[in-house]
Amino acid sequence: MVSLKFESTYINDFYSIVGKNESEGNITKFDLSIDDYYYDEKSFELSQIKLQYEVIKNLLKKNNLIDQDIDLLIGGDLLNQITGTTYSAKKLNISLLGVYSACASFIQSLIIAAIFLKDDNVNKVICSTSSHNLSQERQFRYPVEYGAIRNENSTFTATGSIACLVSNQKGKVKIKSATIGKVIDYVIKDANMIGAIMAPAAAEVIFEHLTNNNIDISFYDVIVTGDLGNVGLSILKDYLNEEFHIKSNNIIDAGSLLYNKILDINDGASGPFALPVFFFYNILRKKKYKKVLLVGTGSLHSSTLVNQGISIPSIAHAISLEVLN
Amino acid sequence: MNINNYKKIVKKHTKKSNFLHNYLAAFLSGGLLGALSQIIYLSLKNIFSVSSTNAKSYISLFIIFIASFLTAIGLFDTLIIKLRSGLIIPTTGFAHSITSSAIDAKNEGLIKGIGSNFFHLAGSVILYSIIASFVLVLLRVITFG
Repeated sequence: MVSLKFESTYINDFYSIVGKNESEGNITKFDLSIDDYYYDEKSFELSQIKLQYEVIKNLLKKNNLIDQDIDLLIGGDLLNQITGTTYSAKKLNISLLGVYSACASFIQSLIIAAIFLKDDNVNKVICSTSSHNLSQERQFRYPVEYGAIRNENSTFTATGSIACLVSNQKGKVKIKSATIGKVIDYVIKDANMIGAIMAPAAAEVIFEHLTNNNIDISFYDVIVTGDLGNVGLSILKDYLNEEFHIKSNNIIDAGSLLYNKILDINDGASGPFALPVFFFYNILRKKKYKKVLLVGTGSLHSSTLVNQGISIPSIAHAISLEVLN
Repeated sequence: MNINNYKKIVKKHTKKSNFLHNYLAAFLSGGLLGALSQIIYLSLKNIFSVSSTNAKSYISLFIIFIASFLTAIGLFDTLIIKLRSGLIIPTTGFAHSITSSAIDAKNEGLIKGIGSNFFHLAGSVILYSIIASFVLVLLRVITFG
């Protein structure tokens, strides 16, 4: 796997709109929350598109920027053919690169942004993502009102959107390095076992990242995976121990921790939105950790291939961040 | 890592369904629904002097209407999550699957949305019920003439 180092790339600011369940969980001081899954739109899909658009617009406004100040917009989401990203960019006058690696899409966007920022022509990049519980339910599972019985091991797609501004100007968080993961398949065919599908990809990218950078796991104050869920996190820890003899006490999962336990949401949150929102609005706000490794994990399945009985591959990307004062 | 070793790790951490709880919930809710239907059936027959055949049809209509209505107001999915197969296996589940598919597809229009998706989940039930009844009738004809 390839690892990259970055000299002067910073995350300057971020903005997020979160859903109702997410606002009642373990993230605090979020910018805006919505009570209604429709968000004043006709369909859940349009609601997700609006979420992503509003987040980018508000991020620009918050930083007194206009569309023309941004050189590149990079985004990915779970809506069919990443239409959350592409449709939300219709009203924005910014060059767009759409990316997809399921729930690892946001980390992929950040890595690509950091690479682009090495170029003199690119000064400011926005990375954005969104996920919407009900539009993703429709796409990957059953009709919303059907209320199909959920497997105890399945995760719950988080609702919300987040965007962040990345540039070479010194900011809140420094992007230090990254490792781009490879596709891994451990012959799991059940789409409910999302944690088990993605855990090996996370373990492999963590191991490669540590090896390539010649560091020990204790180098990081915390490693945050997203979105393995409780089951996936336990599997990841066992995998790291058995395969690479890495004892991991500093790994937490954004999906497991996003919701409050009272909500009783099966195995935790999922979606590309879960990891960045947990990092920016929990980890960063607490100011407890300095050196953070974010590991975005994505299950690369489509409903069609799952129905054809084909096993589900996964991918994980890691990005090393340093929280500045 | 060897796939079999990985499967062992996965098995170790996978949460198991509480089968006893699910069985009990389904048994009690399904039974309650059956008992309720029987009460309505006997009431229609004895108090309102409705014929048996008509009484059975009225019950089906009543159950289907209630299930679809509760789906439409967004209550039935919560009930299904709690009571499970007790509500999925009877006619209530069939009605609910059709109503929920129709609601889900309404934004895609009357033809490509509601029309195409109406039997999205119920299609299998209809198809295999017809096949099963055909095979059973065939067996009956072969066996008993």
